Amino acid sequence: MGKKRHDPLNIGIIVFPGSNCDRDCAHVVSEVMGHAAHLIWHQERTVQGMDAIILPGGFSYGDYLRTGSIARFSPIMEAILEFSNQGGLVLGICNGFQILLEAGFLPGAMLRNTDLSFICEDTYVRVENAATPFTHTCKPGQILKLPIAHAEGNYYADPVTLSALQATAQIVFRYCDKDGHATTTSNPNGSIDNIAGIRNAQGNVLGIMPHPERCAEEIFRNQNGHLIFESMLISLLGKTSLAV
Amino acid sequence: MKAKIYITLKNGIHDPQGRAVQQSLNMLGFDAVQDVRMGKFLEVDFQDTEKESAESSIKNMCQKLLANTVIEDFRYEIVET
Repeated sequence: MGKKRHDPLNIGIIVFPGSNCDRDCAHVVSEVMGHAAHLIWHQERTVQGMDAIILPGGFSYGDYLRTGSIARFSPIMEAILEFSNQGGLVLGICNGFQILLEAGFLPGAMLRNTDLSFICEDTYVRVENAATPFTHTCKPGQILKLPIAHAEGNYYADPVTLSALQATAQIVFRYCDKDGHATTTSNPNGSIDNIAGIRNAQGNVLGIMPHPERCAEEIFRNQNGHLIFESMLISLLGKTSLAV
Repeated sequence: MKAKIYITLKNGIHDPQGRAVQQSLNMLGFDAVQDVRMGKFLEVDFQDTEKESAESSIKNMCQKLLANTVIEDFRYEIVET
């Protein structure tokens, strides 16, 4: 049984103690995109009925020990693992990305930004893989302006893991300058290979450091983030309508 | 019994905090300081536990939560209290 094309999708947004972009994501999903956003407290144990899951940005558990390290043991994470193993789309933004790394949904780890600052600014990223459920409305190589806001976005993977990411198009976004050159100076945080976002091998989980939910509507004079939400929602509609 | 657990970044992994501290020390005139690596130190108290089982649970808790073994190493000492 699938959904009809006009049925609103149900997007679960997980709320951890210390999440602070959960409502921004819910706003984009419901007010901007016209679908149903469900805030799900991290102590819940099911994501039943959800079409996709967003792990929002923030400071889950105050970033104690390591970013995302405690949130990964929240009861809801087991349900999300099962959901993702069945091919469900999971989008982790900023702290959500850090949680996905700690929980092993995605390979690698985050280090402190090279200059030790909390960086809150617009960055440019290049879409390295426009054939994912989260980026298919972008053009390959398209340059997006997206804001970052983090102190631990310095992505690290060991050489073997990095080669695998490169070889299998798992690097979805790279920091670049406004002309699309991924250089050292356009790398805000020291991230290896200018990585700003990666997907898992199966392609249904995306982690991204910049915040698409902060630039997804006209009032922000930058709607580049809209493309990420739009891609995800269209993928879901396509998939579910095929199942009818 | 008490466990003293040390968690440090693996060799070769850039440590921006250690580097900043090293530069400050150099600026203060501690010229001999060549490198600083920063880490975490935890003291964990155990109650009525055999040393052997404490040891295996320390390893387990480090691998599971206390350290991220992608980027960090851990070592520990057990102190009888």
